[in-house]
Amino acid sequence: MSERKIIDARGTYCPGPLMELIAAMKQAEVGDELEILSTDEGSVNDVPEWINKVGHEMVGTTQEGDVWHIVVRKAK
Amino acid sequence: MARNPKSGRIPKGEDRLSKISITVLSGNREKLQFAAMAASVAAVSGYEVTVFLSMNALPYFLREGAPEPVSEGPFGDLMAEKNLPPFMDLFESAVELGDARIYACSMAMDVMGIKQDALLPCVAEPMGLTKFLSEAEGGQCWSY
Repeated sequence: MSERKIIDARGTYCPGPLMELIAAMKQAEVGDELEILSTDEGSVNDVPEWINKVGHEMVGTTQEGDVWHIVVRKAK
Repeated sequence: MARNPKSGRIPKGEDRLSKISITVLSGNREKLQFAAMAASVAAVSGYEVTVFLSMNALPYFLREGAPEPVSEGPFGDLMAEKNLPPFMDLFESAVELGDARIYACSMAMDVMGIKQDALLPCVAEPMGLTKFLSEAEGGQCWSY
């Protein structure tokens, strides 16, 4: 498996975490996993929505305190 | 996604959704922020986005002497205290990461007495309403 890249978007608001994810996604290779750290609860729903819409893959979401870890895989 | 070298647009296909045209006329913080949010998220989600800047919105896109956004209400003041993504960063992301083009209204430029080189690089060439109508035809149009 490829290395997982961490994107720290804590403290910002919608659509900041999504935009940071997309910028990192452009640099990533197909198959790479990206983990985005977010304190913006809206992103927990919005990131999977975007991932499904454009055809990437959700790996999973976990919560630690007030930080969400959203893990996605670049599929194309 | 490969772009058409002439228009700079991504060709229609399985990754291409419909067109969204966004007119931005207001100079208040809330509307500039929401217009930028809508433009950026739509542009990275496969929509062809055309942003048309005029009236009080255009001076924010000056390279020099751009004003500070003014809050319309208490939410604008609240936003100013929080770490929101700056609206200009979102407009730039819309162009760089997605399929958005930002145009300045040629009337507004004439009224302000400015040329394209006075505007930020994320703004494409000036556009008149006739061309904007052609760009917007058949799509959704949102106004802020």
